[in-house]
Amino acid sequence: MSDRSPRGGDAAVVARSLTKRYGDLVAVDGIDFEIPAGRCYGFLGPNGAGKTTTVRMIHAGAPITSGRIEVFGLDVAKSPRAVKALIGVAPQEDNLDPDFTPLQNLVVHARYFGLPRAVARPRAEELLAFLQLTEKSHEDVRALSGGMKRRLILARSLMNTPRLLILDEPTVGLDPQARHQIWDRLRALRASGVTILLTTHYMEEAAQICDEILVLDGGRVLVQGCPAELVRQRIGERVVEVWGDVERVTAFAAERDLPHEAAPGRVLLHSNGGDDLLGAIRATFPDAQVTSRPATLEDVFLKLTGRDLRE
Amino acid sequence: MNGPMAAIGARSLYVWRRDFDVYMKTWKVNFFPPLLEPVIYLVAFGSGLGTLVESVEYAGRSVSYAAFVAPGVLAITVLFQGFFECAYGSYIRMYYQKTYDAIIATPVSLEEVVTGDVLWGATKSVIGAVLVGLVVVAFGYAPALTPVAVIPIAALAGFLFASMAMCFTGIVPNIDAFNYPIFLLITPMFVFSGTFFPLSTLPDWARTVAGLLPLTHVANLTRALTLGAWEPGLLVDILWLVGLSAVLFPLSVHLLRRRLIQ
Repeated sequence: MSDRSPRGGDAAVVARSLTKRYGDLVAVDGIDFEIPAGRCYGFLGPNGAGKTTTVRMIHAGAPITSGRIEVFGLDVAKSPRAVKALIGVAPQEDNLDPDFTPLQNLVVHARYFGLPRAVARPRAEELLAFLQLTEKSHEDVRALSGGMKRRLILARSLMNTPRLLILDEPTVGLDPQARHQIWDRLRALRASGVTILLTTHYMEEAAQICDEILVLDGGRVLVQGCPAELVRQRIGERVVEVWGDVERVTAFAAERDLPHEAAPGRVLLHSNGGDDLLGAIRATFPDAQVTSRPATLEDVFLKLTGRDLRE
Repeated sequence: MNGPMAAIGARSLYVWRRDFDVYMKTWKVNFFPPLLEPVIYLVAFGSGLGTLVESVEYAGRSVSYAAFVAPGVLAITVLFQGFFECAYGSYIRMYYQKTYDAIIATPVSLEEVVTGDVLWGATKSVIGAVLVGLVVVAFGYAPALTPVAVIPIAALAGFLFASMAMCFTGIVPNIDAFNYPIFLLITPMFVFSGTFFPLSTLPDWARTVAGLLPLTHVANLTRALTLGAWEPGLLVDILWLVGLSAVLFPLSVHLLRRRLIQ
C-alpha cells in the first residue's frame, strides 16, 4: 500500500497502534491497517484472533484502549455518532426485532438515523426487492429461514445508505445458494462504490469477494494483501498431498528443497509446477495416494496460523 | 454536562417510539389487564373484605374500605406497569432480542436507549393509571377528573419504578434472578405502603420503614387525589419521589453502560 499517503486520503478506515485490553487479556495488540475506499476488505483469523473486537471498535461499539481509528477522516473516539451515521452494520447474531415485520424492521431502523418515514418506506421496499424479500415484507420475522434473516439483516444495514458496510460472518450457516446470492449482492454494492469490510472463517468467501485481506492471530496482524498474490507468494501454484509414510515423504521433500508441511497421515508439498513432481513422487512412493490441486487461501491460512484447535 | 448523562438527547424518543409502536400493534390485548385487574381488586375488597371492614379512618375522616383501597390499586398499577416493563421487558430486549445492540450500532447512544426504555416504562404506568382511574371513577370511588389528574403522579412515580427496574436489569445474572428484587422488595412494598390498610395501624418502626418505600408516597398522592384530601405534607411525598429518581435513573444508565459497553 506504498502508493497511499500515511494519513490515508482515499482510505475508508485507518487504524494506528490499535489496542484493546480486557483486564489482562490483550485482544488486539497494537495493529495498523488501512482499508481503501471502494474495496472489499476481509478480516480472517481463528476464533479469538481479535476480528470481531476490531470490527466493534471501528463502529464505536467497543471503546478503544489505546491507538486510534479514523473512518473517512473522522476520529471514532471523538465523533462516534458521526461515524456510526456513515456505517451499516450486519452483526453475526440475529438481532432483528421480532416484534416487527421485515418491512417495519427496516423502517424503524431508519428512524434511529433520523430518516423521515417518507424516505424510509420507499427505501425499505427497494432494499427488500434488492434482497428478494418483497414477498416476505409483512410476514412474522421469527418465521423466516436463516438465509432470509441474513438477507434482511443485510437490507437493514443498508437503510442509511452507508459508505462503509461492516459484515461479521455474513454467510455463516447458509446453504450454497443463499451464500452465492449474498456474495452477488455484495459485489453489486462494491460496484456502486460502497466500501465493504467483512470478517469470515470461510477462505472461499474471502477469495471470492475480497480485494484485500488481513489475517489476524492472537490480536496481531500476520499478513495482509491480495488473496491471489498471498497464495502465490506463500504457497505457490499447486499443492500436492501425499498420503503415506510421513517421515519418508518429508525426507524426500527436504532433499529436493521443496516447501512442505507435515499433517496427520499426509505431507503437503508446495509446488510451482514446471518439473515433473507428480511423476517423481509416484516413482518413489508407488503405494502412496497422491492428489494434486490448486493452492488455496486455506493453505496460506493454515500455514500461518497452524493446525491446532484454538478453543 | 459531563459523564454519561451528556450522551442523552432527543434520540431517546426514537427508542420510546419503537416500544410504543410494538405496544400499539396489540393495544387491545395490552389495554385489557390494566382494566380488568382493578375490577377484581375492587370487587374483592369492596364487596368481600369491605363487608368485614366497614370503614377506615383516613386523614381525620371515615371512608368506606373500598374507597380507601381504590387509590391503593391506582398506586400499585403505577408500580407494576413501570417496574415490570423495565425489568422483564427491557431485559428481554437487551439480552434475548439483542435489540439494544442493534440500536447502538446507529447514531443512537446506549444512554439514549436506556432513557427511551425508562420513559416508555413511565408511559406504561401512565396508561395503566388512566385506565384504572376510569374504572375507579365508574365505581364511584373518585372524582370524575381522576383519570386526567393522575397523569403527573403516574409519570413521576412510573419514571422512578422504571429506573429502579432498569438498575436490576443492569445487574441480574439471568432473567430468573428478577425473582429476588420482586420477592424482597416489590412484594413487601406492594403490601406495606398503605395500599391495603392505613399505616397508622403499624408499630412505629414499621411505619418508619414504610416511610422510606416510594410506593407509600405514591399511595399518599393517589389517595389525596381520589379522596380530595390535599395538604402541604404531600410536597414531601413529591420530593422523596423526585429525589429517588434523581439517584436511580443515572445509576441505571451507569449500570447498563457497565454491562454492555466493553
